[in-house]
Amino acid sequence: MENAVVREAVLVIRDLCKSFGTNHVLNHFNLELYKGENLVVLGKSGSGKSVLIKCIIGLMKPEVGSITIFGEDVLALEHEDLDRLRMKIGFLFQSNALYDSMTVRENLVFPLRRHWLKKDMSRVKTDELVLEALHNVGLEHTVDMMPIELSGGMRKRIALARTLILKPEIILYDEPTTGLDPITGKEIIQLMIDIQKKYQTSSVIISHDLLCVSMAADRVVMLIDGVCYATGTYADLRKSIDPKVKLFFD
Amino acid sequence: MKIPNYLQRFFEETGDISRFAARFFKEGFKPRYEFGELVRQAFFIGYKSLPLVGITAFIMGLVLTIQSRPTLVEFGAESWLPRMVSVSLVREIAPMITALIAAGKIGSSIGAELGSMKVTEQIDAMEVSGTNPFKFLVVTRILAATLMLPILSLWSNAIALYGAYLGANIKGIVSWSLYWSQVFQAISYSDFIPSLIKTFFFGFAIGVIGCYKGYNSQKGTEGVGNSANSAVVVSSLTIFLIDLIAVQITDLLGLT
Ligand SMILES: Nc1ncnc2c1ncn2[C@@H]1O[C@H](COP(=O)(O)OP(=O)(O)OP(=O)(O)O)[C@@H](O)[C@H]1O
Ligand SMILES: [Mg+2]
Repeated sequence: MENAVVREAVLVIRDLCKSFGTNHVLNHFNLELYKGENLVVLGKSGSGKSVLIKCIIGLMKPEVGSITIFGEDVLALEHEDLDRLRMKIGFLFQSNALYDSMTVRENLVFPLRRHWLKKDMSRVKTDELVLEALHNVGLEHTVDMMPIELSGGMRKRIALARTLILKPEIILYDEPTTGLDPITGKEIIQLMIDIQKKYQTSSVIISHDLLCVSMAADRVVMLIDGVCYATGTYADLRKSIDPKVKLFFD
Repeated sequence: MKIPNYLQRFFEETGDISRFAARFFKEGFKPRYEFGELVRQAFFIGYKSLPLVGITAFIMGLVLTIQSRPTLVEFGAESWLPRMVSVSLVREIAPMITALIAAGKIGSSIGAELGSMKVTEQIDAMEVSGTNPFKFLVVTRILAATLMLPILSLWSNAIALYGAYLGANIKGIVSWSLYWSQVFQAISYSDFIPSLIKTFFFGFAIGVIGCYKGYNSQKGTEGVGNSANSAVVVSSLTIFLIDLIAVQITDLLGLT
């Protein structure tokens, strides 16, 4: 506990509410993410996990509540400032969202465009970054392939490489292992853990995959009925006797 | 009084498209400009449409000439054939054919491409990686369509007139130089300029409607199909509307 006191919160969510018509997906949701932590948000399908991280990155606007990242109120930021903040945040889409009309290289280079436009990054530097990012995920040989030519797991890893190329301080993962076989899933999780160690990032990992939770989580938050229902380490929650929590671990 | 549902939807959509077009003017002329992407789109929209537009224009010119001959022969005005055909081609048929072909080819491809980017979250991915997707995807495509349509239309004018030359020579004999001197005698600037100006509007309409449909695509593959489909239908209708308005305006200005 003493540990948590000295740690600084990089992301704080207070009282977040988001609904679609009468479907109240998030209902006064609270969360904080500490520096250097891997936080897993666990919840069943349709519980609003994707909605939650889309609100964090500013793709969806919540009706009520506040989201503070590095002390800045995301919801109050205008375009330029939001972009500047987003440079420090990586986002891995549940569907990967690779640009399918571009090669792997062009996909990876795309997030670097904002540096080019300011002319503070040379071609050589760009190439270095692309190769480093591909090296991190072990897919150097795919650099000139199209996303359509890759397998699902490879696509996930390329998407991960694209997320990481700007060395974000916070990474938001939306179900990094869903749809992958257990072995590839494990590789991806190991990759995420390695990267977190290497670059000292903080991450929010959305998942309902227990393997992922047990391997990667420093702390787990359970999203049930639109609120932060329970929080603790994986071991804590495993031992919980609350029926709604138990459901996940049986 | 209650407005019928379909009317309400029609007005809503018209409003939405206008707002979308307004956003183009608002965002399109502020930096950062996406020149690279604009050139790439201009290449796809313009250069890649040349063969299709060329073939249709050629056939239209040829067929129109063949079809018009009997009537003129009946009035003993066969020598008027080049003049008559060239005026209808330049004023109406060539730009219109170009625009409709473009609506089918370009409108549907823009609608489908942006639609599938939308439903696979690629547009969201651009947004979070700091590139304004409206500027990168929409502004460039609308601009490219607006600039390329007049060029395509010029191209189709030339090809259609060549088709008409061949058509005129199937039964009669018109020499190459006589044909062109008759054509240029018949066509004045007041025929040519208004028809060129309206092609800018055709291109703009195709770009805006294709992008609007794609950008607001509903979830799922069916949504993408619908976007592509309605992009073609709505932009073709809009082209006819613009044509109707354009003819009224040229009429009012006394350019007929
Ligand atoms: N754009 C939208 N419009 C309307 N409703 C939406 C929209 N996006 C999400 N929802 C609703 O919000 C709820 C939560 O969706 P969300 O995608 O966040 O689920 P999830 O927890 O990520 O599920 P999964 O694990 O299957 O990805 C669902 O009931 C869904 O119907
Ligand atoms: Mg989800």
